[in-house]
Amino acid sequence: MIELKVNAKTFQVDVEPDTPLLWVLREELGLQGTKYSCGIGECGACMVHVNGEATRSCVTPVSEVTGKEITTIEGLAGSIGTALRESWIEGDVPQCGYCQPGQIMKAAELLASNPQPSDSDIDAAMSEVLCRCGTYNEIRRAIHQAARRTRT
Amino acid sequence: MSPTSSAMERREFLQVSFIAGIGLIVGCSSPQSAAASSGADSTATTADRLVPNPWIRIDKNGTVTVVINHSEMGQGIFSALGMIVAEELEADWSKIRTEMASMDPVYVNPAFGVQATGGSTSVRTCWDELRKAGAATRELLISAAASTWGVPSRECRADNGNVIHQGSGRSIPYGDLVEKAATMPIPKNVPLKDHRDFKIIGKSMPRLDTLEKVEGRAVFGIDVRQKDLVTATILHPPVYGARLKSFDPAKAKSMPGVHHILPVSTGIAVVAERFWQAKKASEAVHVEWELGPNANLDSESIRARWVELAKQNGKNMLSEGNVDAAMKSAAKTIEAVYELPFQAHGCPEPMNCTASVREDGCDIWVPVQNQGGAQEVAAAITGLDPDRVRVHTTFLGGGFGRRGDVDFVIEAVELSKALKTPVKVIWTREEDIWHDHFRPASYHVLRAGLDASGMPVAFHHRSVSPAWMNDTIEILAPAIMPRWLPRFMKNAVSSAAIPVVKYAMSAKSASSGAIEMGYAFEHVRVEYIEDDPGVPTGAWRSVANSRHAFAIESFIDEIAVAGGKDPLELRLHLLRNSPKRRDTLKLAAEKAGWEKTPPAGVYRGISVHDFHDTPAAMVAEVSVDKSGYVRVHRVICGVHCGTAINPRNVEVQISGAIAFGLTATLKSSITIAKGRAEQSNFDDFPLLKIDEMPKVEVHIVPSTAAPTGIGEVGVPPIAPAIANAVFAATGKRIRKLPITRQDVTGV
Repeated sequence: MIELKVNAKTFQVDVEPDTPLLWVLREELGLQGTKYSCGIGECGACMVHVNGEATRSCVTPVSEVTGKEITTIEGLAGSIGTALRESWIEGDVPQCGYCQPGQIMKAAELLASNPQPSDSDIDAAMSEVLCRCGTYNEIRRAIHQAARRTRT
Repeated sequence: MSPTSSAMERREFLQVSFIAGIGLIVGCSSPQSAAASSGADSTATTADRLVPNPWIRIDKNGTVTVVINHSEMGQGIFSALGMIVAEELEADWSKIRTEMASMDPVYVNPAFGVQATGGSTSVRTCWDELRKAGAATRELLISAAASTWGVPSRECRADNGNVIHQGSGRSIPYGDLVEKAATMPIPKNVPLKDHRDFKIIGKSMPRLDTLEKVEGRAVFGIDVRQKDLVTATILHPPVYGARLKSFDPAKAKSMPGVHHILPVSTGIAVVAERFWQAKKASEAVHVEWELGPNANLDSESIRARWVELAKQNGKNMLSEGNVDAAMKSAAKTIEAVYELPFQAHGCPEPMNCTASVREDGCDIWVPVQNQGGAQEVAAAITGLDPDRVRVHTTFLGGGFGRRGDVDFVIEAVELSKALKTPVKVIWTREEDIWHDHFRPASYHVLRAGLDASGMPVAFHHRSVSPAWMNDTIEILAPAIMPRWLPRFMKNAVSSAAIPVVKYAMSAKSASSGAIEMGYAFEHVRVEYIEDDPGVPTGAWRSVANSRHAFAIESFIDEIAVAGGKDPLELRLHLLRNSPKRRDTLKLAAEKAGWEKTPPAGVYRGISVHDFHDTPAAMVAEVSVDKSGYVRVHRVICGVHCGTAINPRNVEVQISGAIAFGLTATLKSSITIAKGRAEQSNFDDFPLLKIDEMPKVEVHIVPSTAAPTGIGEVGVPPIAPAIANAVFAATGKRIRKLPITRQDVTGV
């Protein structure tokens, strides 16, 4: 049994220790907002927070995150989470929507460390998450908007 | 496009019935259709609802549900079709909900003859029918209100989800009219609204699927959950067309969670409790394959064959005037070869499907663009009547044409049938790229003859690309379907998909974008040479147009340079008989300030291309550094899509298509080695990233014409606009994609 703390709740899961956190979240805990896409840490669709740090859950063995605070899109709270969700909705960012939880989790990490990111700050951080639909300009606008929201 | 004849008949027989005490049902002549229109799976009666047609349901609480017969893969179709209904219905937008249609002949896409999404046909094919459905329901509700008040209908009007009596100012919300309306006949030949009165169409309305996608609640195929579900992943052959010789499951079978290892038509399935267990075990299965004739196939040998083939005459797809004579008498002739590679779709959600096969029926939950094909293959595998196969379409994590094929459906249905339990098949990303059905590669030879003034008088284009079809199933079936499929299944698939297949695989379709260029050349010949090297191919956002646009629009630029003409002026002159393209190009050029000199270090390229009656023109602004790196700063696009249902969605579809096209222009391609794609994930098939995304400006040509499609047209013009800008910057003509630093610097 492995003990996990996800979205402020504690879970016991019976999985092989090398199982990626992604599949534990999706298949054991039913937290399916976190997505599988590349499986090799290239695309960022599986991004979650581990102790506040945006982490690719598809290449993170579950045994490495026991005792750490894991947050998924379902548990993203606080003023930054709220501002991002509102800005994403207002900007109608998603197209197919598959990568968007990963985008939002990465954006949340960015705003937590840099409340007023420039375009190039956004590019540097967000180039870790791919969007095949090409919603990048909308993502950039939404992050600026969320930054304004959290300031006011 | 007109609706199918069966849909028309149904419409004629629409009747209303009332189920006392619990609510209403407006049934259709066919019980199947009634079930479909009432929201698929529920066997319960449609309590508390008005169901005037298969597209609309109104609940007593005022909620208006619009049934959508097209897959939502990001193109915003739920919202666009919802807007069309809401406009004519005079609905309150905040009360609009959408629901994916179940399977029913009424939901067949008339462009294909099966229930399917593709070819940017959704808005085009639904426009008339959904407007009529909305308008008839509006008039029904007005009649119900008038009858309630005892006033003439003409004194009443509908507005924002209410019927209002003009004289007294009384109003009734739609929800309160549900019961009364259900007892009344549905009005026929109802007038449609004038464009000037549109309140929703033409406005940038918010998408209806945003909230659940932002919260991570949207259900994609990969998220489907069922009781007793097991998960499978598939090992496909290491060479296209290879066959299974033998496999040793012993080691894999002993691994944790593994249930079964068994062959399916497409390869070997590893079935486990969980995906990760299946994936790990799949690496431990030892498989022997009969590699077959493609074992040594590679991109170089394919190219070498096409170089030779292109020396021969092809099938004449367009021939006007006398090209050969005109070339001989031309003051100047130019010739160039353009080459495009295979391209993968890279759908963010890997291929997957969940199936539950039982003796009495089969349910399939799948992100798919071809519900008709999914139903037919499942019926063929299970022996069930197609009516017993229910296809539940989830959200699609990208489609781009890939999900018009149903290979993943076959796997899930075969497995569920064999194991007698619900099975979810999830492909790994590697399998998803190796076994994609790629945008075909192609080889183009273009020639032009110019007169003494530098104007082109003759134009000749000969292209070679993989086979897409002829008339018979015998020929088509092997081409569209993998070679391992049993005969009976090929027939079943073919009969369901013939219209799609014919469209997709005809020489005409392979020449789409090459034939209808819009340019007024006095002498023109377009030839096509079919050659299928054995690499699986399929529809890829904007299909053949993505290839032809690059070749033609780059070559037009070469003609302009050779004749000493401005590339915009030359195009406008040649488009003198194509007003829509001309207007679109003029708009893009005007907004880009084409006549002004761009800022220092910034160079521009221009292009125009029409995809199925939607022209788009682009001006790309790029800079090129010493290393040959091409940075795209801004793209200004003009587009003419008739009535723009949702202008904001038009903008983001173009912008997204530019991103999609830029990946193919600047970054990625599929190359073949040892009989299979060399690429397998986003490390060797990299997608465009946010720091590479240009600013995009989209300008829509104002129009009140019927809407045309918007999902694909942004792809074809971007590559030639970039390549033409690179020429402006460096003097190097790009004739091969993706653009490499070597091509740009020449070293």
